[in-house]
Amino acid sequence: MDITLPAVNWLSVLPTLLLSATGMLALFWDIWIKDDERSLLGWLSLTGIVVTALCSWLLWGHNDVESFSGMFALDAYALFFNLVFCLVAGLTVLMSLSYLETAEIRHGEYYALILFATVGMTVMAAATDLILIFLGLETMSIAVYVLAGIWRQHLTSHEAALKYFLLGAFASGFLLYGIALIYGATGSVQLGPIAEHVGTQGSSPLLLIGMGLLIVGFGFKVAAVPFHVWTPDVYQGSPTTVTAFMAVGVKAAAFAAFARIFLHTLGAVHADWQGILWVVAALTMTVGNITALVQHNIKRMLAYSSIAHAGYLLVAMVAGKDLGGAALLYYLVAYGLMNLGAFGVMVAVGRRGEPHEELDDYAGLGFRYPALGMAMTVFMLSLTGVPPLVGFTGKFYIFSAAVQAGYIWLAVIGVLNSVVSAYYYIRVVVNMYMREGEAIVELPSLRSALGVAILIAAIGTVLMGVFPSASMSLAGASFLSLG
Amino acid sequence: MVPISYHLILSGILFTIGVTGVLLRRNIIIIFMAIELMLNAVNLSFVALARHFGNMDGQIIVFFVMSVAAAEVAVGLAIILLVFRGRETVNADELNLMRW
Repeated sequence: MDITLPAVNWLSVLPTLLLSATGMLALFWDIWIKDDERSLLGWLSLTGIVVTALCSWLLWGHNDVESFSGMFALDAYALFFNLVFCLVAGLTVLMSLSYLETAEIRHGEYYALILFATVGMTVMAAATDLILIFLGLETMSIAVYVLAGIWRQHLTSHEAALKYFLLGAFASGFLLYGIALIYGATGSVQLGPIAEHVGTQGSSPLLLIGMGLLIVGFGFKVAAVPFHVWTPDVYQGSPTTVTAFMAVGVKAAAFAAFARIFLHTLGAVHADWQGILWVVAALTMTVGNITALVQHNIKRMLAYSSIAHAGYLLVAMVAGKDLGGAALLYYLVAYGLMNLGAFGVMVAVGRRGEPHEELDDYAGLGFRYPALGMAMTVFMLSLTGVPPLVGFTGKFYIFSAAVQAGYIWLAVIGVLNSVVSAYYYIRVVVNMYMREGEAIVELPSLRSALGVAILIAAIGTVLMGVFPSASMSLAGASFLSLG
Repeated sequence: MVPISYHLILSGILFTIGVTGVLLRRNIIIIFMAIELMLNAVNLSFVALARHFGNMDGQIIVFFVMSVAAAEVAVGLAIILLVFRGRETVNADELNLMRW
């Protein structure tokens, strides 16, 4: 039997290679770096991430799309997600520089793991083969399992890592079984041939079960109801910067693969999966928002809020077509900016040994630290969806895509949910400005890098909301590159 | 030759046993074993389907799945060990530090 080696296109794996090279460099340098210089590892990682982002930007429109026998496609869609992942990883590293000192977490493995997780994400966004998507997902997940448990002094962190690991591995099982059944139904694991087969032959029972199992697998990763039970515990127990990374990066990567498979490859049989996703989206928004109402721990509240936001993103998936796809990509950036910002403020408020995560800890914060209070207000209002911030524009695009696609009731449920969510987001603002504070006297952990991260997130939140057209057309163009 | 449906049904049964194990057992190690059973059930499907279609895709996938499972075991057992050192239990019901 002849074995023909596939043509290797190094250019299309360049961003992924850059990230993994930086990760390995960080890992090796950690061996002989002096203890008091370990924050240099963070700056090294940041450099790698910025270079990768620049490289992704330069490759835009200058790259042969298909490579490695159709397993990997660095199209505009993948490049867009590469930029999102670099933004998320970059802001996480900026926030971690001071947080790791405060929380007494070792630097070395931490940055390497963040980089390896990002490698997995870039693979997930660019893979056009179900197995490569699975490999990317596992590369990302295994690194994030370790990151969740990296806070070795805290039992809650151990518990978070364990719960995330067990349920994540459980979900991968479903995802893999879904891949096997789709392979059985279509005879291929590559997205191109699958799309061709589905387009000509339509669906079959095996394909339907396979799609259902894929939805379960991805549902776990994006924290959709009813597969969300792990989310609050894992988000609450993990170190705050890791929570931010998980809430934004992992969710964006899962949606990248989810949307590529369902909106593009399985687009021909959309009637078969839209109904299920409709129900999941409605449930996710409602359960997430209603449970968030009763939370007193802000980290846990943001966990439920992230479930609710997964619901909004699923609405965009149900709406489908070009408008829904563009809205999905736009909202992922929007969600990333405002959520990273909110977690950044949480990092700033926390202190050595005292995380200050309860709602009461934020009382009077707005008067003591006007800049920090202002930033948190911007993020909370944006998460609620108040114009002119990015949360409003994103939700506007999603709901108008849903209405145009004829899903008026889903849009109505979404808007009602936004109204409900105002209660718990605004409650944080009320606590900061309308109550006397007693808890926090000083903010030792607010250093310049963290401040820059919060500032970037805040500026992005405002600017993308006021001038949405540039980023929206970028999102639209990247989604259209799927073909 | 044994028909393909037999293999797929066997793999489905094994997968279901794995899922049931994860949902019903309370010992973390057993839950973990049940997850491995799920992955191996899927491997059986892949191999059977590869033979049915006469292409190598499915067989190669199994190698990847096995190596991923090995990596998962390494990290998973380390996490279980970490939890056991801190709490001296491997019972899933006793791990409830965080509740609403």
